[in-house]
Amino acid sequence: MLDILAERLRQGRRTVAFPKNVPDLPPRYRGLPVLADNPCLESCTACAGVCPTGALGVDAESLFIDLGRCILCGACERDCPKGMVTFSRDHRLASSSREGLIVRPGRRPQVTPLEPGRRRLFAKSLKLREISAAGCNACEADTNVLTTIVFDLGRFGIDFVASPRHADGVAVTGPVPRNMLAATIATFEAVPDPRVAIAIGSCAISGGLFAAGGDAAHGATPHLPVDLFIPGCPPHPLTILDGLLRLLGIPTP
Amino acid sequence: MEFSHTEAVRLARVPTLDVAAFRREVLARVADGWRVLCLFCLPTGAGVGLVALFGRDRDGRLACCRSQPTTRYLSLTPECPQCHWFEREIHERHGLLPEGHPWLKPIRFLPRPDGGPRPEPGVTEYFRVQGEEVHEVAVGPVHAGIIEPGHFRFQCFGEDVFHLEISLGYQHRGIEDLLAGGPDVRTPHFMETAAGDTSIGHALAHAAVLETLTGQYAPPRGRAIGRVALELERLANHTGDIGALAGDVGYLPTMSYCGRIRGDFLNMTAIVCGNRFGRGLVRPGGTCFDLDTGAVRVLSGRLEAGRRAAFGAAQLLFADSSVLARFEGTGRLTTETALDLGLVGPPARACGLSRDARRSFPQPGAGPKDIPLKLHDFGDVYARALVRRLEMEASLDFLDASLAGLPKGPTRVALPEGLPPDSLAVGLIEGWRGEVRHVAVTGPDGRFAAYKIVDPSFMNWFGLAVALRGQQISDFPLCNKSFNLSYCGHDL
Repeated sequence: MLDILAERLRQGRRTVAFPKNVPDLPPRYRGLPVLADNPCLESCTACAGVCPTGALGVDAESLFIDLGRCILCGACERDCPKGMVTFSRDHRLASSSREGLIVRPGRRPQVTPLEPGRRRLFAKSLKLREISAAGCNACEADTNVLTTIVFDLGRFGIDFVASPRHADGVAVTGPVPRNMLAATIATFEAVPDPRVAIAIGSCAISGGLFAAGGDAAHGATPHLPVDLFIPGCPPHPLTILDGLLRLLGIPTP
Repeated sequence: MEFSHTEAVRLARVPTLDVAAFRREVLARVADGWRVLCLFCLPTGAGVGLVALFGRDRDGRLACCRSQPTTRYLSLTPECPQCHWFEREIHERHGLLPEGHPWLKPIRFLPRPDGGPRPEPGVTEYFRVQGEEVHEVAVGPVHAGIIEPGHFRFQCFGEDVFHLEISLGYQHRGIEDLLAGGPDVRTPHFMETAAGDTSIGHALAHAAVLETLTGQYAPPRGRAIGRVALELERLANHTGDIGALAGDVGYLPTMSYCGRIRGDFLNMTAIVCGNRFGRGLVRPGGTCFDLDTGAVRVLSGRLEAGRRAAFGAAQLLFADSSVLARFEGTGRLTTETALDLGLVGPPARACGLSRDARRSFPQPGAGPKDIPLKLHDFGDVYARALVRRLEMEASLDFLDASLAGLPKGPTRVALPEGLPPDSLAVGLIEGWRGEVRHVAVTGPDGRFAAYKIVDPSFMNWFGLAVALRGQQISDFPLCNKSFNLSYCGHDL
């Protein structure tokens, strides 16, 4: 018993002060991409074909990155001769709409809190059922870590529960390939209305790397009414937490 | 034919045997102490033939043979159980019929090669025990925690489990099909997501394949940084497993501490490359990131703190008699079973099998200070937990030594453009779950004609099913965590 208490003292208090302040992210962390607001070099094709998920593009308006497909690998930053793309250390990537994930010069994703009806119901208690639908266990791990003492998700009234019947919504990870489609939809349908749906990671938003596969995996977006899109491969736990809090209208830095 | 794991082999040199001689060759090799590392199919103009790849731990040799194209052959499984999952995989993907296979069912629920209706996932004929008081418990695919999906059927008599059948395939994303025709710009990312918690292990195995094919190896510094990341990956996951085992017997202090310490190890990987899972670090030819002296200092300091915290947490667990009472004798596998099934990684070492790719198949330039093997032989949950704890200690010592003496020079060399045609190469890396095996076969155009990934989970899932026989169903979570296998690594 005394050993347990002594070890408890040695292990110390480890919960981060977020959302009071943002804990240190590693110097090489790749967060929100920032696009320069000037034209590309004439007839430059240096970045064509370097993006593994086809997230990077250019149209009449500007250069853009679809964060719903981007896996934050940084290949475009390395290959652009003009430095048009920079991956900042900004961890705030979540968006309430799929279109909002299209990052352009001067434009970033935004989260609008839930409408008053659902917000009133869920602001102090949001129970989520996690559905791993062919996630590679990275998104799952960085979602799971929110329930450890480091992030202590419970202090915000948010919790992951064992049954959809106990849940106010679902959080989906993975590209939702054919073999998980029926289970994903059945689990969501088992959650009583009103409910929320959250897509965590580029796979769950768009299919990510696996959208090109034969199993037509395009994430949760085509199948569920997604309220919150949290990009990344996987998203940093802080990115997920920041998105969840914003959805509930809890102020975050 | 035999060769070294750092040697690429021209396909023309691999002997092609008739189907009966192929079978004799496989059984003779296994009787002679070789392991079946992979059994797969290679489509040729004349049809589909089998390829068997063997490895021998004693001297780190590999061997390979092919069969002539065929549509059916006498199943190897009754005499060589370690082939059973491979034979099911081949039957499902290519339609080759292993005659006399005792339990021929889909493992991933893929479209049928003959164009018949695709089976629905989990819908199959399950092994059933009949009797008045026998009941069946079905779990999944969606599980209670934040875990990947899979379906489990328990045949129970009261609390006791007669048999557990595990039906996977829900995680199938078609990675091997997506890799065919590569390598291309997506290939390294498929490797890092084959089993996302083993990003480094799979990326290193792929790097080993391409380096072997091209004959251009990563420079010493890149090799060393890759190994640092591999051991950090092991530390993070072993810590997580020890915490999860503590949680499953209701021992909350160790569970809480390990949840945090696991994250500390992941954050150390993020210091190296910016991503907690090591995404973007390892590429064929070395690593994309270097470590300056400042980063080495920070890492060493955090490792020291991590060591103290992890061993403090583990010490509590292993000193508690109520914990030990749950761990000891639970989910026991005999050495013979582990040998028969071809288990790898900590579950194999917990049965006393000295299998560790870091020792048997060391990467070129890994140096003499490689990891000592950690063995136990009780084969139960306790042994699997203890092997992890011992391996953590070895990994930490290895990291201290590595960081203190990182070789100088560049971290990466460019590999030559293009791969040699009609060749076969193997990558073997000891990931935290066990031996990660990659086999690439190039076609006449120097692109991948076949790329096989064998995650350690592929070998070990059946071990978990067998470990649960005769156990209480309430011990399933504990047994499951003591294996902690990958669903997506199996389903691919």
